[in-house]
Amino acid sequence: MTDMLTATEPFSGSAAVAATGTSSLAALLIALPLLGAAVLLIGGRRTDRTGHLLAIVMVVASFVLGLLIFFETVGRDAGARTSDVDLFSWVPIENFHLDLGLRLDPLSLTFVLLITGVGALIHIYSIGYMQHDAERRKFFAYLNLFVAAMLLLVLGNSFVALYAGWEGVGLASYLLIGFWSDRPSAATAAKKAFIMNRVGDVGLALAIFLMFKELGTTSFSGVFAGIGELADRSPATVTVMALLLLLGACGKSGQVPLQAWLPDAMEGPTPVSALIHAATMVTAGVYLIARCAPIYNLTETGGLVVSIVGAVTLLVGCIGGCAKDDIKKVLAYSTVSQIGYMFLAVGLGAGVYALAILHLLTHGFFKAGLFLGAGSVMHGMNDDVDMRHYGGLARKMPITFVTFTLGYLALIGFPFLSGFFSKDPIIEAAFSAGGTKGALLGGAALLGAGLTAFYMTRLMIMTFFGEPRWKQLTSADGREYHPHESPSTMTFPMMVLAVGSVGAGAFLAGGERLANWLAPSVGEFHHPEPPIPAIAVTLITMAFIALGVLVAYLAVGRRPVELARREDVSAVVRLARADVGGNAVNETLFARPGIWVTRTLVYLDAKAVDGAVNGLAAALGGLSGRLRRTQTGFVRSYALSMLGGTLLVVAALILVRFA
Amino acid sequence: MNGFPYLLLLLVIPLVGAVVVGSMKGAPVRTVKLVALGISLLVLVLAAALWIAHTPSDGGLQHTMSVTWIAALGLKFSLGVDGISLVMIALIALLVPIVIGASWEEKLPEGRSVAGYLGLLLSLEAAMIAVFAASDVFVFYVAFELMLIPMYFLIGAYGGPRRAYAAMKFFLYSFVGGLLMLASLIGLYVTSKDHLPGGTGSLDWETLKSIAHQIPESTQMWIFAGFAIAFAIKAPLVPFHTWLPDAGAEAPIGTGTLLVGVLDKVGTFGFLRICIPLLPAASSKLAWLIILLSVIGIFYGGLLAAGQTDLKRFVTYTSIAHFGFIALGVFAFTTQAMTGAVFYMVAHGLATGLLFLVVGMLTQRGGSRLISDYGGVWKVAPLLGGMFLIAALATVALPGTSSFIAEFLVLLGTFAALPGWGVAATVGIVIAAIYMLWIFQRTMTGPVRGVGVLGSDSDGESFLPSVPLPTTSGWSAGSVDHDGHGDTVTRTMTIAAEARKRFPDLNGREIAVLTPLVVLIVFLGIYPRPVLDVIDPTVRSTISQFQGQATDDVTVGQTGGGK
Repeated sequence: MTDMLTATEPFSGSAAVAATGTSSLAALLIALPLLGAAVLLIGGRRTDRTGHLLAIVMVVASFVLGLLIFFETVGRDAGARTSDVDLFSWVPIENFHLDLGLRLDPLSLTFVLLITGVGALIHIYSIGYMQHDAERRKFFAYLNLFVAAMLLLVLGNSFVALYAGWEGVGLASYLLIGFWSDRPSAATAAKKAFIMNRVGDVGLALAIFLMFKELGTTSFSGVFAGIGELADRSPATVTVMALLLLLGACGKSGQVPLQAWLPDAMEGPTPVSALIHAATMVTAGVYLIARCAPIYNLTETGGLVVSIVGAVTLLVGCIGGCAKDDIKKVLAYSTVSQIGYMFLAVGLGAGVYALAILHLLTHGFFKAGLFLGAGSVMHGMNDDVDMRHYGGLARKMPITFVTFTLGYLALIGFPFLSGFFSKDPIIEAAFSAGGTKGALLGGAALLGAGLTAFYMTRLMIMTFFGEPRWKQLTSADGREYHPHESPSTMTFPMMVLAVGSVGAGAFLAGGERLANWLAPSVGEFHHPEPPIPAIAVTLITMAFIALGVLVAYLAVGRRPVELARREDVSAVVRLARADVGGNAVNETLFARPGIWVTRTLVYLDAKAVDGAVNGLAAALGGLSGRLRRTQTGFVRSYALSMLGGTLLVVAALILVRFA
Repeated sequence: MNGFPYLLLLLVIPLVGAVVVGSMKGAPVRTVKLVALGISLLVLVLAAALWIAHTPSDGGLQHTMSVTWIAALGLKFSLGVDGISLVMIALIALLVPIVIGASWEEKLPEGRSVAGYLGLLLSLEAAMIAVFAASDVFVFYVAFELMLIPMYFLIGAYGGPRRAYAAMKFFLYSFVGGLLMLASLIGLYVTSKDHLPGGTGSLDWETLKSIAHQIPESTQMWIFAGFAIAFAIKAPLVPFHTWLPDAGAEAPIGTGTLLVGVLDKVGTFGFLRICIPLLPAASSKLAWLIILLSVIGIFYGGLLAAGQTDLKRFVTYTSIAHFGFIALGVFAFTTQAMTGAVFYMVAHGLATGLLFLVVGMLTQRGGSRLISDYGGVWKVAPLLGGMFLIAALATVALPGTSSFIAEFLVLLGTFAALPGWGVAATVGIVIAAIYMLWIFQRTMTGPVRGVGVLGSDSDGESFLPSVPLPTTSGWSAGSVDHDGHGDTVTRTMTIAAEARKRFPDLNGREIAVLTPLVVLIVFLGIYPRPVLDVIDPTVRSTISQFQGQATDDVTVGQTGGGK
């Protein structure tokens, strides 16, 4: 494998062979959860009692199959780890033969295990979390649907199959954000998510059309084989393609300028936030760019823009996270920000793609764990999400507290926990970009680390320490708070994820295990070489993190938390509270003009277009009425005048012809 | 005539059926309905047999038959199907029994008989099949005009409150189109005399096709104009569209479904059958104009749909946007786009058929067509809401629905030939998501509310349909009030349970009517091959014939680019 990749030849992914053995059953990975969803949705209320168990069986079966395929693949040579499963001819028309097939390679298998593994845990957690919901069966059906679509997204071996999965997860996300559909806020958030994603999808679709136009194919192998030649012919086209793909990635992954939907998506039940809006779906953008490594390797501009988007987003996310009192919104902004880190890394291009995937995996563990912890807190607090009503919960829910703390430490990059092994190298890699570019990207990443420490420490203190403020309060529905630990179906997944939060980073980063495994998919890993010693970067990062923790302690830990929001705040805080302007921009640029244009058009359509027609009809009617007063039939009078016109046209035609 | 006369029977059976059903005014209503349904199912079986007998690899006309009609003018009554008309005939044969099933309990206006209604419906079926099966331009024209008559009466006699206005408007628009077409038809006939041996004119499609390249471009332009305006009215393209919202909204649900699902496609079919093969030079020269109108239509129809207050008018405006995609695909002149456009005609028939029928079931229950009279229906009638959702997803062309394959191919093929237009049309997919999800949100989600769902005689809340908040949670998605298991839910459940008494969920008949559409939408989304295999050869031969005959100085497919 290694000798195939010389420095001069562009990387185009390793060649795929037909899948054999267990791998040839890969279609079942998708089919099983899809079947689960279908049975639960078509079966209706008859499956209410056992439906959730079926859903869990399906996703666990998918996970087990994924493991079998994974180990089979690990057993092969590095050069023989890429295989294709052909399913059927999807769109067979002239000049466009689209076959539906799956690509099994280290990158897709990594995602399969993340999706089905974390997915299975969150399915289990949901048994307890959704216990009292009358529509729990529907919830599990949608979760299964999500898993199937997400697997299609990462397994498809053409961009069209990827797009199908891409839209499929969008649908599942829509259904799950709006799961409590009788809440207007949930319905609004669901619609917003879908529409903003569609904006991104336009980019992805156009990128696919561009591939077809220039290369005549949309399959991974075809596109990646031809992209080098295209770059020689027209480098600008490759850059445009990369930027269009990025637009798609931004929509799905909540990156600037399409980030505003993700915090609102927290309207969905918390397991959804954990699975879809933290661990898996929102990282699809990172997958897309890593998968398109052969394209991004050929366009420096494309990669640079990805990194800039990542750096800007990670700061926007951090700022947003600092000002929120809603525990899920803080975590949501944290997700926006952490995916910003992944974009930053993946944009740095050849050699460091693996760092983005590493952070994606560790983030999958600790952020899913944090969300499940937040759900557990809400479960014990009458579904209240306002951290100002919390306080002193550490003793009331010890398991939640411990697992949450481990996730927290992993997220802020505490030494030797998962986040440390994945975030620190990204900061190093950013500095390694060199020059002003390196300084700016690295600086942003460093600042982000400090801010992350600040808002997460604030969250920890407000939730688990200090005065139990809930004792004097009642929840919005008038009940008193009786915080308690959650049932074992909920705490078990939290514990498993906590283990991952602690150890996954060390395991995956150790001996560059993950990077070597991914090499056939994204290219050889090159360890970043920052201009200053790596240890110095690490120490500076630690200093920023410590500073963030300290400031949070001084701001929140040393003073009582106020129940009412202070309004005499600085412009920065106001901006942060207003979602860093994300919604305002959408409103001003799109929503309001859109509504205005629509209203105008509706008016014009009725008055001008239709009015002209009706006016003409009335005029003709009046004219013919005067001409032939004996005519009584409305239709006939029209018909006559029309016929006259037609005869004129025919006469004109014949004249023209004979002239 | 060779082989089994499928096409003739496909015309005769619904026509005879129409006469039989129409004369059953004295018979019990149930018998009338069963007879009509039986006849439509017989037509469906026959269409299925025709599909099986069809040879997909042959893109030309099959099952042709021809008898002399007006010998003095050399006119013949000729029929034949190729891949494009076959899929459309199959769509008609499928939709008619579904529509009859859906109209089973439809309340007709005072003094109107079921026999008359169903008789007209069957005669409409015969006329529509004739349009698609015609292999003579004159037969096409006659069928095109004949279609008008049952539809006029279906809207005018059986429609909603403004039916007279709507029917008249429909009639006049179509009539104007028809007369322009007649003028062009005569022009075509006269022109053909110059190019045929013996100086006898002809309107036989195959004959005209063979001389298409000999007709001078200037003459083609005139003839094209008449046909194109007729088809643009029928399709309809902006700005010839304003009859459709009125006709679609006032038509009874079943009629409206056929109007939007099939009848309008005669317009786009006409472009494919008449304009492109018979007038290639003019088609090539004027493609930019049709493309411009199509892209305007995608945006215009979408934005107008978003701004509607009436559910049925909403559906017709979404269709105007979709016809934009279809016409765009036809005139992009690539195999991908044109195959996509034909597939779109089928997919749109299924998706809009489903949407129209579901909307009909909704408005029938609520007794109102106003969007604002509904809210939270999903909680009250989950199956109806689910069907609405599936229709919505098919309308936004989500992968997994047949519309996706169609829209994707149209956009892919358009982009390959005309990148600028391709980009513009692709942006249109965002608008589809906006209007469709917005209406879903307004009618299906949120608290249960609205006169349509709760009735005007229930508790005070229903009198405040526009006040959105009987619950405590805020409109803004920033609310910190996650009371998912609290009081509000209990309350919503109570309201929903109350509403269910007067607003029942779908019954068995309704489910049976909608299921075939849902199954086909999903099946063709995942495995479109059976239909694509039929369409592709015909599209290929249409394109190659077009390219062979388009005048050499015109670069095919580039006419509209670079604007």
